[in-house]
Amino acid sequence: MFDIIVKIVKEASVHGEPETDELAFPKAIRIKAVDLLAVCNALYKNPEVYFDMLSCVTGIDNGPQTGTMEVAYNLYSIPFDLHLMLKVTVPRDEAKVESVSGIWRSADWHEREIFDMFGVHFNNHPDLRRILMPADWEGHPLRKDYKQQAYYRNIKLDY
Amino acid sequence: MAVQYKHEPGNLLRSEPNKLKAEQLRSEEMIINLGPQHPSTHGVLRLEALMDGEIIQEVIPHIGYLHRCFEKHAENLPYNQVIPFVDRLDYVASMNSEHAYAMGVERMLGIESQIPKRVEYIRVLVAELNRIASHFIAIGTYGMDIGAFTPFFWIMRDREHILRLLEWASGSRLLYNYIWIGGLYYDLPVGFEDRCREFVHYIKPKLVELEQLLIENTIFIDRTAKVGVLPLDLAINCGVTGPMLRASGLRYDLRRVDNYSVYPELDFDIPIGEGKMGDVGDCWDRTYVRYVEIHESLKIIEQCLGKLTGEYKRTRDFDPQALVPKKIRPKAQDLYVRAEIPKGELGFFFRADGRSDVPFRCKCRSCSFANLSVLQEMSKGILVADLIAIVGSIDLNIGELDR
Repeated sequence: MFDIIVKIVKEASVHGEPETDELAFPKAIRIKAVDLLAVCNALYKNPEVYFDMLSCVTGIDNGPQTGTMEVAYNLYSIPFDLHLMLKVTVPRDEAKVESVSGIWRSADWHEREIFDMFGVHFNNHPDLRRILMPADWEGHPLRKDYKQQAYYRNIKLDY
Repeated sequence: MAVQYKHEPGNLLRSEPNKLKAEQLRSEEMIINLGPQHPSTHGVLRLEALMDGEIIQEVIPHIGYLHRCFEKHAENLPYNQVIPFVDRLDYVASMNSEHAYAMGVERMLGIESQIPKRVEYIRVLVAELNRIASHFIAIGTYGMDIGAFTPFFWIMRDREHILRLLEWASGSRLLYNYIWIGGLYYDLPVGFEDRCREFVHYIKPKLVELEQLLIENTIFIDRTAKVGVLPLDLAINCGVTGPMLRASGLRYDLRRVDNYSVYPELDFDIPIGEGKMGDVGDCWDRTYVRYVEIHESLKIIEQCLGKLTGEYKRTRDFDPQALVPKKIRPKAQDLYVRAEIPKGELGFFFRADGRSDVPFRCKCRSCSFANLSVLQEMSKGILVADLIAIVGSIDLNIGELDR
């Protein structure tokens, strides 16, 4: 089945060849960030796979040495019982990914959380605000080089 | 030291501002704030509701009041030391979360298939006991939300028996740290199986009482039937899982879909919402699915007890910690593991770099988070009283929502 998924992803990605990672569980495909929306649309609409559920969206910061960030999408197809991990890599200083919340509404809050924790900007997101941290918090806590502010409302944070 | 917090009148609105601005409203509209500290929000959930008279136009949930940085902690601790933090995600169903987490790390280490059967059966046994406790909380507090006070006390009395059983096994009432990576903290205490059988025998008539008192109560039906109907396509698109998705009519339970642990060897049914009292996927269906799941969990517990006293009964040389690794260093990989906890699909995304004992990235996919995001869609054009009924029927756990 993974071959069919790879074929669909390959057809939809026009800006570069997707790489597969069979060690990951579920098996992963890494695509170019510009192709994300086209690939997701194809996976969602193709009747052979029909990925109707977006379980999880994860942001990963590879650290300032590598200078990249990743966003991993865990897709699941309820009718065919298929899993797929879709990954995109973006540069760390200009982290921008297309929002997939137009396809799966579950992406809405997951993307807000990634914006909150990593500062990845999602283009065309309907409502990109911080979700877990206070709105006046400084910095994005899950970045590997994150240094928390010394004081928040006169409360010393470093205990 | 003096009082640290510097109070200014606008602090609360600066840290969590309303999404809607008063200037943009029409003259008949107003914003009502519910929570964060109100019993019907089951913890610290804040809802910003745009009202026209008593009709709700829009609801915007504000979350994060119980954010305890689970992911940041997990990225700074060895895999085995994360388990107490996993307990504190869904604090009324810790065993289920531990089971999911331990399964994920075992899969990364490649020892998943070596776990002794007795250990797996004990895991399933305690997880199902905890599932019943969690559903008790869900049904009891839901009844209280919409005005039925007595069932809550009856249910708390019965839940106490489960908590005492689990305390006997693990040493603590709610946050167990009982399921370890590769095994268990300790074998079941001697006599546990008999006490557990007694409990099953005790609880069955009580469930009939609960059904008569709450589930089939006319007032309860009037408050919940045909309220907050969640269509199946919207539920799937929003990533809703667990009893909420099943109430919308899809037979989808990860214990059967993924067949993890020893669930394929056990016989149980998956209840779905049938719209008995109103429409498929209304608040009554969600409560009813939870109620029937308690019966199914009891079936699983009885089968586990049979196996634990028969085929896999305790022996003198059995050591549940035998396979617990001294050093946990998985090879470099990405892994997403998921399991069915009482509220839905709990998932963990791990990235191991192969060089260290701490995860490079550990993300928790929480089910309350996805389940709550559908509230905005469900609560258009309803009354405030129905909003409370809908929020209660989602069975939120704020600890798991905010992580």
